[in-house]
Amino acid sequence: MEDVAIIGVGIHPFGRFGNKSAIQMGAEAVRSALADAGLEWKQVQFAFGGSCEVDNPDAVVGLLGLTGIPFMDVYNGCATAATALELTADAIRYGKYDIGLAVGMDKHAFGAFTADPVHYSAPPWYGDIGHFLTTKFFGMKINRYMHDHGISHRTLARVAAKNYRNGVLNPNAFRRKALTEDEILTSQMLNFPLTKYMFCSPDEGAAAIILCRADIARQYTSNPIYLRASTLRTRTYGAHEVHSSWAAVEHAEAPTVFASKAAYETAGIGPEDVDVIQVQDTDSGAEIMHMAENGFCADGDQEKLLAEGATEIGGRLPVNTDGGLIANGEPVGASGLRQIHELVLQLRGQAGDRQVPGNPRVGYAQLYGAPGTAGVSIVTT
Amino acid sequence: MAQIPFAPDVFTWPAEKPQLIGSRCRSCAAVTFPAQDSCPRCGKLEMEQRLLPREGTLWTWTTQEFLPKEPYASGETPETFKPFAVGLVQLGDDVRVEGRLTISKADEIRFGMGLELVIYPFRTDEDGTQVMSYAFAPSEGGN
Repeated sequence: MEDVAIIGVGIHPFGRFGNKSAIQMGAEAVRSALADAGLEWKQVQFAFGGSCEVDNPDAVVGLLGLTGIPFMDVYNGCATAATALELTADAIRYGKYDIGLAVGMDKHAFGAFTADPVHYSAPPWYGDIGHFLTTKFFGMKINRYMHDHGISHRTLARVAAKNYRNGVLNPNAFRRKALTEDEILTSQMLNFPLTKYMFCSPDEGAAAIILCRADIARQYTSNPIYLRASTLRTRTYGAHEVHSSWAAVEHAEAPTVFASKAAYETAGIGPEDVDVIQVQDTDSGAEIMHMAENGFCADGDQEKLLAEGATEIGGRLPVNTDGGLIANGEPVGASGLRQIHELVLQLRGQAGDRQVPGNPRVGYAQLYGAPGTAGVSIVTT
Repeated sequence: MAQIPFAPDVFTWPAEKPQLIGSRCRSCAAVTFPAQDSCPRCGKLEMEQRLLPREGTLWTWTTQEFLPKEPYASGETPETFKPFAVGLVQLGDDVRVEGRLTISKADEIRFGMGLELVIYPFRTDEDGTQVMSYAFAPSEGGN
């Protein structure tokens, strides 16, 4: 099995861009990744494209050049980008190709996501009576977690304040204004205990990653970043998951726990080795729970860790250094590749004002999405 | 006034003591709500209908303080929308069911409180027909 390296990263800023299409944003992200790798489009041998809204992300070739390569489209909820990355990496690991592209793009309408619940294996009436809302699930999950593990409302606000603060330092972020903890706590309650400024928003953007066989990476870059693990898992019986009208009484861990364990095992790396962390912060409660689900702390320790600033850029466990979903918003297909883009900049020492000090060498990214899918990636210098 | 359930086969109605209709696996005893044909635990096609316990306790909850987008079909507008609470209610040892609570103020809701199933008018159609849904109301018991 071949090792895999990242030799180019590109991003189209996240936010709102008027009539600009998702495909145009995707093409810009790819061109920026090609420039970063010093490659021409015709050197890319294959690609995986991820999107929620775009039927054919492969249409991006119409703007990049019709080279005839295999270009496969994926959608896997909020884990779409992790899926595109995993499949691209696997094709290289198995020796099928040398150089490939993972690209994600999306352009969402304003407000919370909606769809036909039946497509999530929920009952047809589930939306009619007002239950088909991801935000409601996140409110229920963190409310119980706070009850069980002594997490305060102030800590929810600390997470969001930190991510907005990091977003100010990120020129590609959607929300680039710092908010105080009190502004966050007193903003409109949407789903108790989560207020308006504790949630991310669907938005627009694209990101692209170019991968190659590790043994040829130095032909293209002097600082390759190695993808040590990329894993995906779905929910097991007993997990309390989004878009379900019921849950079992018996308890199982969330899918992230299984994806995380598998990634650590594959990489031969433990949570104690990780220098910079990206987790799915759909809301500030999700960031808190995902810290524990990914092995970075015990349940309940977040209260103290956040109070002492451990998850700040200069802290012991820097989390969502680019502002995460809370500051960047979520174009679903691009979100996980945005995480990898940030980790690569951090490990190369190119993250500018938000650079984690001390030459970080190991980066970790996690996605969680409907209807119970998690993706984890581990990268190293 | 005519009253109809919002969907068939979700709860017994009319009934003096209505119950939710779930299913139970004859092979591994897993219980689901609503009823489904296949078992989410063992994958076998041996599910039988099961009426769920009417009484339960609140396992977790949240509030819904903005008007949900379609397919929400309450007939409410942004002006008439009334925030509500949603809970995951543990019914006996069978299953935890998601449902609206009849109370909506965060300071009235507590983990482990006793709840019982009620059927209530969710929406009134133009011809006066009341479309009935299920919810959980505070009851004795709980912990």
